[in-house]
Amino acid sequence: MEVKDKKTKEKGILKRIAGPVVTAVNLDAHMYDVVKVGNEELMGEVIKISGEDIIIQVYEDTSGIKPGEPVINTGLSLAAELGPGLLTSIYDGIQRPLSVLVDKMGDFIQRGVSAPGLSHEKKWTFKPVKKAGDKVEAGTIIGEVQETNIVHRIMIPPNAKPGTIKTIKNGDFTVDETVCVLEDGREFPMIQRWPVRVPRPVKEKKNPTIPLITGQRILDGLFPIAKGGTAAIPGPFGSGKTVTQQQLAKWSDAEIVVYIGCGERGNEMTEVLTEFPHLEDPKSGKPLMERTVLIANTSNMPVAAREASVYTGITIAEYFRDMGYDVSLMADSTSRWAEAMREISSRLEEMPGEEGYPAYLAARLSEFYERAGLVTTLNGQSGSVSVIGAVSPPGGDFSEPVTQGTLRIVKVFWALDAKLSQRRHFPAINWLNSYSLYLDSLHDWYDKEVSPEWNKIRSWAMEVLQKEAELQEIVQLVGSDALPEAEQVTIEVARMIREIFLQQNAYDAVDTFCDMKKQYDMMKTIRLYSELAYAAQAAGVSPAQINATKSKNDLPQIKFIKDYKPALEKIEKEMDAEFTALRSAA
Amino acid sequence: MKEYRTINKIAGPLLFVEKTEPIGYGELVNIVLFDGSIKRGQVLDTSDELVVVQVFETTAGIGKDSGVRFTGETIKMPVGRDMLGRILSGGGKPIDGGPEIVPEKRLDITGAAINPWARGSPNEFIQTGISTIDGTNTLVRGQKLPIFSGAGLPHNTIALQIARQAKVLGAKEEFAVVFAAMGITKEEANYFMQDFERTGALERAVVFLNLADDPAVERIITPRLALTTAEYLAFDLGMHVLVILTDMTNYCEALRQIGAAREEVPGRRGYPGYMYTDLAGIYERAGIVKGKKGSITQFPILTMPGDDITHPIPDLTGYITEGQIVVSRELHRKGIYPPINVLPSLSRLMNLGIGAKHTREDHKKVSDQLYAAYAEGNDLRGLVAIVGKDALSERDRMFLEFADLFENRFVRQGYDEDRTITGTLDLGWELLATLPVEQLVRIDRELINKYHPKFRNVPKAT
Ligand SMILES: Nc1ncnc2c1ncn2[C@@H]1O[C@H](COP(=O)(O)OP(=O)(O)OP(=O)(O)O)[C@@H](O)[C@H]1O
Ligand SMILES: [Mg+2]
Repeated sequence: MEVKDKKTKEKGILKRIAGPVVTAVNLDAHMYDVVKVGNEELMGEVIKISGEDIIIQVYEDTSGIKPGEPVINTGLSLAAELGPGLLTSIYDGIQRPLSVLVDKMGDFIQRGVSAPGLSHEKKWTFKPVKKAGDKVEAGTIIGEVQETNIVHRIMIPPNAKPGTIKTIKNGDFTVDETVCVLEDGREFPMIQRWPVRVPRPVKEKKNPTIPLITGQRILDGLFPIAKGGTAAIPGPFGSGKTVTQQQLAKWSDAEIVVYIGCGERGNEMTEVLTEFPHLEDPKSGKPLMERTVLIANTSNMPVAAREASVYTGITIAEYFRDMGYDVSLMADSTSRWAEAMREISSRLEEMPGEEGYPAYLAARLSEFYERAGLVTTLNGQSGSVSVIGAVSPPGGDFSEPVTQGTLRIVKVFWALDAKLSQRRHFPAINWLNSYSLYLDSLHDWYDKEVSPEWNKIRSWAMEVLQKEAELQEIVQLVGSDALPEAEQVTIEVARMIREIFLQQNAYDAVDTFCDMKKQYDMMKTIRLYSELAYAAQAAGVSPAQINATKSKNDLPQIKFIKDYKPALEKIEKEMDAEFTALRSAA
Repeated sequence: MKEYRTINKIAGPLLFVEKTEPIGYGELVNIVLFDGSIKRGQVLDTSDELVVVQVFETTAGIGKDSGVRFTGETIKMPVGRDMLGRILSGGGKPIDGGPEIVPEKRLDITGAAINPWARGSPNEFIQTGISTIDGTNTLVRGQKLPIFSGAGLPHNTIALQIARQAKVLGAKEEFAVVFAAMGITKEEANYFMQDFERTGALERAVVFLNLADDPAVERIITPRLALTTAEYLAFDLGMHVLVILTDMTNYCEALRQIGAAREEVPGRRGYPGYMYTDLAGIYERAGIVKGKKGSITQFPILTMPGDDITHPIPDLTGYITEGQIVVSRELHRKGIYPPINVLPSLSRLMNLGIGAKHTREDHKKVSDQLYAAYAEGNDLRGLVAIVGKDALSERDRMFLEFADLFENRFVRQGYDEDRTITGTLDLGWELLATLPVEQLVRIDRELINKYHPKFRNVPKAT
């Protein structure tokens, strides 16, 4: 698609410069037009029109720019370039490839350099899947490019009118070369441009019914997110937002991953860049980097580009969804995005809402999360975008506007807890405060794909944890020995669920990923222990004797063992024997 | 250069200048007083009608009759190799009686962001000789690791011990220390300077001093001057640079003061809404650049107002830095040095710098287990206060004792005690060995068999 020219290009002049927000006059402009600011032609976007004044946010540093310098309106909207070459790329917030920027301006980010999102020189092998005479319409897949191990499907842009193919090519082309000509004369290259602030159209939104399996026990096991779902992961600094997001980027069973480092650390992006090429997808065995697109607008890069980064990311995600892929998008951190909005808004001297955030904060948040979903694409396939947003509340206080605005929209809440992270209980997700609203819609999937027992066992585990929390209040007052004997068993079982099942070390080669089968097996053994222990207690065995059983001591080791089955069976057998002996002695 | 005498308003550190030719945003401004002395400032807002200038020194003596010269360039800092061993003011002027700096280069003090693509991955273990850092919150080269402290706590002593002892094992490379003081007392500054002189570190150091009685607004540029110098030493001259910034709390106060003068809508507790971005512009100037020899490791120090870690200064810092070392008043009262509370402390880059390749294969798991056991023991202290020791189970009593042992053996060490990493890890095992082996659930059997004192049958470390 071509983003339509709204008018002839216009040239105005700068009147005022105050940081990332500048004012121009004598300029014919519409909201969100992309403009070139100053003699160096820095990229900017119109964000407010007030009388003669055209107010522009600039995506680069404005130092040294003077009133009187020119401003040129391109008449285009801020758009992403979509086509082969996206995968394995790392972009800044306005889709400039960081590797190209290093080539053009060295190790430090300078300004005034433009760089297109896709290579316009590289040739890709285009294989048509349609032929002359075939009817096409918006979204129709006309051909394929083997981009990495992923097949990049070339589509008719979403807003094109239907037509009939006159010629379609086969061979090596740049993204700009025409690969398909329709009978009415329209020519299509592989590239599409899409304005990032506008959601790409779909045929229909559906209700998600399949979980996004992440290999993280507390997520898949207790608080699952569906493919096409939304989740928020708020937490104070150092509680595990980034590690969790990176775990999802690594191990979730999405086909495409878009990872947005929005106003966060440079070193974290380096970590992804150095690590991902060496990691393999547990299913396909292919390097994880091959399915990944990274967007890195770190905290010290311009704030206006940080504001845009989230839109650039979700547009790329939607594009792959339109090919029929399951895409997952992580945004770390949406709070930095909100702060960028706040910073720009305060420079516009807008009336501030709560805590200085603009009044439209909640609207922007919900518009963003609404771009997630399981859909029927224009070409009738099923595709999804799952969105997982990190939230960084000031002082770790969840009552602030970004957390609250997010919780009103998302369906899954993974509440990070500083108390847990301080004792190195990772992932530090609080099992009492977190929730997933997808449990009902995913019920059948777990029934069928894991075990008919799974849903019951999950409820059982949640009950034990809930019960433990109540008992802990009593323990805090009187000590654990004062509890009734059956409840002392409950305390021990809850400890096992926490330490064995919930705790999962992202840095352990084996434990970093745990499939549903193993999750189920682990939980089943804990429940077996629980049943044996209660039975023994009822038969008169003392809690001290129960706690002293040796068979359970090897259970925590199971998570570090790849081929865990034999060890687990051995533990279960020993447990059974040990408790049988205890019961008969009692 | 044209001189304007059109100041029409002075508010706090801000000058409002009228009727100028077009002036560039961010330009360096010289303000000429009646006696010919010059003060420096920077353009914050520029338009046809009005230019707003932020002055970096006191505005005392500036009046409507003062001259304003716009230099046409952003603030630059002259840098050169002979800065090593020099003491400069918080504004970058020599105050040690020595000659002016002979510049080899003049660099923009705001610095440009390192392109994430160009960053190298920090993974070289720095041994500080302090167990609570090396063992449980490991520092790596290129990391930014602040010290969160409180008024009256020994953060300066800790910072100095780190500066003295920090080394990369087996490496003999050029290193330097850049020390930037913001609003600290003369006495504190002397404490640092005397230690630098005593140990000969001054020769390899560049010192920037903005003291408590120096202009507060100057503090806005002090860390930027220091980091510009550090970048030159690291990325032009290939040195490994340790940057100590103290006290970042004073920096943030200065930032708030300017925000108020500009009549901005304040954020939390009156600090500007852009403080996160502003601090990131300082802290992110740490790291490694691929293909370049040097590195910048940052040790910002801040005092938490009211010991409150959720206060915006430590909060925003923690959101940017790669962990934090938290100094605890409680441990200090118990007479433990260094009073580092490991529970809220964290080093996020630890995992990159430890393990078989860097320290020892058991490092991560030992650290995790020490944490878990100490956290559990520490929690039980609250319970003991209510129900007494006797109400505890056997298991709980062991953890309670472990917590004391941990504080007295692992945390406590001498001001000059430089522990090796093997010593620290062996000490960790020795303490863990006081717990039943089946309680060591964070460690896999293999490592237990290899390193646990009960199983390994090798002589104990001292
Ligand atoms: N699942 C996990 N397994 C092991 N360690 C973890 C896990 N999650 C978090 N951690 C530890 O916690 C540290 C902090 O986590 P992380 O960087 O994700 O915090 P964050 O919430 O993103 O903080 P910030 O808001 O400051 O970015 C990590 O460096 C790591 O040591
Ligand atoms: Mg993070």
